[in-house]
Parts: sequence; C-alpha cells; structure tokens
Amino acid sequence: MKTLNRRDFGVDFGLTLAAAILLPVTTARADDTNLEIHIDNFTFQPAELSIKVGTTVTWTNRDDIPHTVVSAGKFRSKTLDTDDKFSFTFTNAGDYKYFCSLHPHMTGMIKVE
Amino acid sequence: MSGHDHGDDGVSRRKVLECMTWAGTGVLWTITGGVPRSLGIIDSAQAATAATPGMTFLQISDSHVGFDKPANPNALGTLEEAVNKINAMPVKPSFMIHTGDITHLSKAAEFDNADRIISQSKLDVHYVPGEHDFLDEEVKFYRERYGRGTKGQGWYSFDAGGVHFIGLVNVVDLKAGGLGNLGAEQLAWLEDDLRGKSKSTPVVLFAHIPLWTVYPEWGWGTEDGGRALEYVKGFGSVTVLNGHIHQVMQKVEGNVTFHTARSTAFPQPAPGAAASPGPMKVEDAKLRSMLGVASVNFKQNEQRLAIIDTPLQG
Repeated sequence: MKTLNRRDFGVDFGLTLAAAILLPVTTARADDTNLEIHIDNFTFQPAELSIKVGTTVTWTNRDDIPHTVVSAGKFRSKTLDTDDKFSFTFTNAGDYKYFCSLHPHMTGMIKVE
Repeated sequence: MSGHDHGDDGVSRRKVLECMTWAGTGVLWTITGGVPRSLGIIDSAQAATAATPGMTFLQISDSHVGFDKPANPNALGTLEEAVNKINAMPVKPSFMIHTGDITHLSKAAEFDNADRIISQSKLDVHYVPGEHDFLDEEVKFYRERYGRGTKGQGWYSFDAGGVHFIGLVNVVDLKAGGLGNLGAEQLAWLEDDLRGKSKSTPVVLFAHIPLWTVYPEWGWGTEDGGRALEYVKGFGSVTVLNGHIHQVMQKVEGNVTFHTARSTAFPQPAPGAAASPGPMKVEDAKLRSMLGVASVNFKQNEQRLAIIDTPLQG
C-alpha cells in the first residue's frame, strides 16, 4: 500500500479528493491504521515504529533470503520468502520487541499507544 | 618431493594428468602453514590427495537447493558440478560431511533434489542442519531424512579412521539479538560424549554456523560456542568445520583449527564488506571461482588435519 507524503499529496490532490468523496470513511483513513515495514538488507525498516491501538502492521521481505517476524508469545510469521508479507493487528498497548528467528541479530520494536 | 611419493615406478602419465588437472582447478592451502600458489600447490595437492596415506574426507556446505535468485539461478546445477568434481577426485574420499543449508526453504522437493544429486557421489554423508533446513511447518522433513539415530535436534558423534567426529546443531531456539545457539542439553551431551576419550584422539567438531565468533554484527558466531570449545581443550588435535558464511575463513588457536567452507550455491560478502550478508551477485564468469568443496586429510601422528579448499573453477 502506498503511503502518502506531502509531495504526493500535492500532485495527487485531485485524485485523492475524488477518492475521499467516493470511498467510505474507514477506507479513507486506511493510511492511519495500516503501516508497512520493509525487510531490506537483513534489517527491519523502520526498526522502531510507534502506532496507535488498532493499527495493522505489514512486513514485506525484500531480501533474496527468507526471514521471519517473531515476537515471543505475541506473534510469529511463517517463513517469508522474497516478497512474502505478514500482517498483524495490534489490539493492545505496549512495547513489542520482535526479531527474525533465522537471523536473530535482526531486531525491531513496535510501540503501541 | 612429490615424485618420490609415487615410489620407484615413477609417475605414470595418467597420474601426472590427474594431478595437473586437480592442481589446475584447486586453490590450495594447508592449515600447517601458508603454501605458496605455485608449484608448491601441485605438490601439496598430491601429498594430500593422491600420494599420502591416511584418511581423506570431504566437506560440502550450503547447497541451498531451491535458490533461484540472481546470485545463482541454478543452485542445483552448481551442486551437481561439485558432485562431479568429487567423483573425479583421484582418490575416493572415505565419506562426506554436509554442514547444513542443504535446501533453501525446506521444501520436500528441495530435499529430494538435493539427495538425488548428492547420492551420485556414492559416499556416506553425515549431515548437520542449517537454519534453512528447519523451515517447514512441522520441522519434520530434515529429521525424517537425516535425524535417525541422532539426539535432541539432530546432534551425534561417530568414529572414523581413528578420529572422533561430532556433529552439532546450532540453528535452533535462537534468541533475539543473539547468535547461533547450542543450548544446555546439547552441551551436557557433548561433555558426556567426550568423557573418557583419550586426549590423543583427534576430534572434529562440525556444525552449520561458525562455533567461533567471525562477525557478530551479521550473526556469524555461536553464543555458547566457547563452552563447547572448553570441553575439547585438553585434546591434542581439534578441528572445527563450519559453513553458513559461504566463504573460506580459517583461524588456528593453540590446538584448535577453525575452518569454514565455501557454499556450492552462492557467495556471501566478506564481513562488513557489504550492507548485509545476503547473496552476493558476481559476474557469471567469476561465480564458480567462489563456490566449491573442501577436502580434509588426516595423517596419523600429525596434530593438524590438512584442509584443501577447491573451487568449482579457477
């Protein structure tokens, strides 16, 4: 999913406005409740992310090597091959440390408020 | 020197050709000291493979069957090239060890393909798993194939040619932020396995991830590897063979020789030489010079085992 930044907003303003009028409210707010983390070069990017309760985070593996996303007792992805995705919706506040169980030096943190 | 090793009959033309072929394809060095890349290479090759008595075994590693990315679109093909190279060796090795990452994604078909090719060597193969071999949902494919008669997650020991071999598993139950892991149960087994062994018994430890700390920033080491090395401290000859880092690296520390083997699938960068330890794309013409196998020769009464790394080409 594409995340809008200020520059995109200027360029796509007309289209975005049209979409906002046509789509239901929940979809229009999608960018607030869906965030993405990329796995690139054996790192989670961004390595730390602060989100609100109810946000869904999607990890995408963009390496040529499989990875996993594991937070002990909280969530555990299957093995993600190249371009595979894993999503988790955070319904409780707290700090979620996670790592790749195949390459444990790869660590990340989701802070949920 | 090498001529004498062939005895009074002199060197047959066939033998010379075999030796030359071997030397032409092998980058060689021994762990007893730097061997120059010159005629000395041929002499060493003969000494270690053709003319020297003693036991020779092979190490292959990181075949990653199923890998099809740009760094090597045909990992099965290069594995087959490695096996062909093994089959062409002038002296048949006693057996082979595979230090893990047999497959890329632990798919049944990947294990089947790997076995189909590796079995063409007609050698006994002793495996240890890499992290890529434990990826199936039930973590059963590796164990079904190679776990018989092993302890715990797949560790075991055996004796061959007067050498005690110990296969260890350091790819399970890894901790966030940490390195490879042996765990308390395996370490206790190892201590027990070595108990009562004569200190003059040469010991070979083999595992997927280096048991020594190569580069922790990329996870290239084993958290509790030092514990395992304590248990072999009193032994006169210890050789540690690993894979995982897809390049040759060696270190000698007292009585312990550490060595990592090339992959048969794709090279990885030298520590810190790239943004990540991921597969390294090199020119097609260069790839086979960075893949290969290692042959290890053990001679009675010599403290150190001679290790020869042979690339697929160049």
